[in-house]
This record gives sequence, structure tokens and C-alpha cells, in this order.
Amino acid sequence: MPNAPAGTLYRGREGMWSWVAHRVTGVSIFFFLLVHVLDTALVRVSPEAYNAVIGTYQTPIMGLGEAGLVAAIVFHAFNGLRIALVDFWSKGPQYHRVMLWVVLGLLVVTMAGFLPRHLMNVFGGGH
Amino acid sequence: MAQTDATPLVASPRSPYVRRKTTRGNFELYSWVFMRASGVVLVALIFGHLFVNLMVGDGVHAIDFAFVAGKWASPFWQVWDLLMLWLAMIHGTNGVRTIINDYAQRDLTRGVLKSLLYLAFTLTVVLGTLVIFTFDPCPPEAPAELLASFCTA
Ligand code: HEM
Repeated sequence: MPNAPAGTLYRGREGMWSWVAHRVTGVSIFFFLLVHVLDTALVRVSPEAYNAVIGTYQTPIMGLGEAGLVAAIVFHAFNGLRIALVDFWSKGPQYHRVMLWVVLGLLVVTMAGFLPRHLMNVFGGGH
Repeated sequence: MAQTDATPLVASPRSPYVRRKTTRGNFELYSWVFMRASGVVLVALIFGHLFVNLMVGDGVHAIDFAFVAGKWASPFWQVWDLLMLWLAMIHGTNGVRTIINDYAQRDLTRGVLKSLLYLAFTLTVVLGTLVIFTFDPCPPEAPAELLASFCTA
């Protein structure tokens, strides 16, 4: 695989940046999933062990991290559907740019539904 | 074809085009299709998972042992989570495999990274599957206040 010579940086606009974002979110979700299966496996150790570890997650900082994680998953999910449409729908390639804006719009709408609820759970009262 | 005379076999000049048989299988094609098919299913599984765990009731605040026990006492959530675990792990591992192939240029680096990836895949899927199927929602030696209400009822 040849290395790109200097000065020819490819700037593929929406198509390239959505691909970069899809890649970054995909890998991030993957590593989160490895940890998530491990922490959930603690239910097999004892209720105390599970509650202790989950308890350390229930902090404002982790709550913000979860919000970011959910945003990453929602983007990856909607953009994944967009990729499938680009590949299988005859007009997909023609509308790939429009569909990216639809993806971002759906991301905003979904987060607008999720964030108030989640942030209330994280910052408002409780234990 | 049986050898009946000594005439050497020469291909007919007008023999119709025959697609060359692929000799290496179509693994990458199936993997490409799988990424799209599993993605569609994962949208439903993951959005449902996030909604029930983060939006219903007190959201993250309510997650503890009793919450997990309440879900996995039901075969519905066991199957849901099992399917989600397998699909997400195969999808994610296959995606990371693609990325390793893209960036790791030396054979040795690529081999080492992919070995680690497959090791992580195997450990995570085996562990997760065992946990879902061997889970006891009401472990007898645990204090009752940590358990779901149906354990003491
Ligand atoms: C929520 C539903 C999901 C959808 C609709 C989806 C969709 C897709 C699609 C269509 C691709 C193929 C991109 C291509 O071939 O160019 C892909 C790649 C990928 N996905 Fe997902 N995915 C989802 C969930 C996940 C999850 C849960 C993970 C992590 C465990 C993940 C990790 C990845 C990775 C690492 C790639 C490779 C990215 C690349 O090659 O650039 N995805 N996804």
C-alpha cells in the first residue's frame, strides 16, 4: 500500500467526513462493548460486586460520558442505515449528501428526546 | 473426457465466455452484506435496549443487581440480549478487522492485531453467553434487600 505523498491530502467533504465519523464511532462502541460485557458479567460474581462497580458509574462525569456514547451510537446507527441506502437504493448515491443531513437531523431530534430525561436522572436527586 | 485418439485438445476459437470460477471464496462479499443486514437488526435491538435501560423509570439511576435480575428472569430479555451480544460482537469485530487491514501495513503487525482482536471476541462472547444462561436472579446466599422483590415474594 503506497503512502500518500505530501500535499495531496484528500478532502472528500461530506462523504469522507461521514466515513471518518462512522469509523471513529464504530471503534469506540466496540471497545465500550468489551468493557460493558465485563462489568455486566459481575452479576455472576455477587449482587454486591455488581452494585459496587455500577455505583462508581453513577456519577455526573460518567453520566456525561454515557450521553456522548449514546450520541455516538445513534449517529453510527442512522448513518449505517444511510450507508445501506447508498448501496442498495438506486437513487442512494445521488442523495447521499441530503441523507447525511437527514441523519444529523435525526441525531439532534433523538438526543433532544434523550438528553433531558437522562440528565435529569444523572443530576437530579436520587441517591 | 476419455482419451480416444491422439488428437491434441485445442479450445474452440468460438467457445462461449465462461465466468472464471472464484477460487478464494466470497468471504468479503458475505462480510459486506452481513455488515448491512446485522446493522438493520442492531438498530432495533440497541434502541430498545437503550430505551428500556435509560429512559423508562429512573433510567441509569435505577440500574443495579435487582434491575438486571428482573430483566433476565424473563426468556424474552435473555434472547434479546443474547442476540444483541452476538450480532454486535460479530459486526464490531468484523468492522475492526477491516480497519486493521486498512492501516496495519506490515504482515506481522496485522497478524498480531488480528489475533488480539479474535481473542477479545472469543473471550467476550463466551463470557457474555455464559453469564446470560447461568445467571441466577435470586442467589440464595445474598442479602434480600439487594434482590428483586419477586425473590422474597
Ligand atoms: C446500531 C446499529 C448499527 C448499524 C445500523 C451499523 C451499520 C454499519 C454499517 C452499514 C457498516 C459498514 C460500513 C462499510 O462497510 O463501509 C458498519 C461498520 C462498522 N460498525 Fe456498525 N452498525 C451498527 C452498530 C454497531 C455496533 C454496536 C458496533 C460496535 C460493536 C459497530 C461497529 C462498527 C465498526 C467498527 C465498523 C467498521 C467501520 C469501518 O470500516 O469504517 N457498529 N456499521
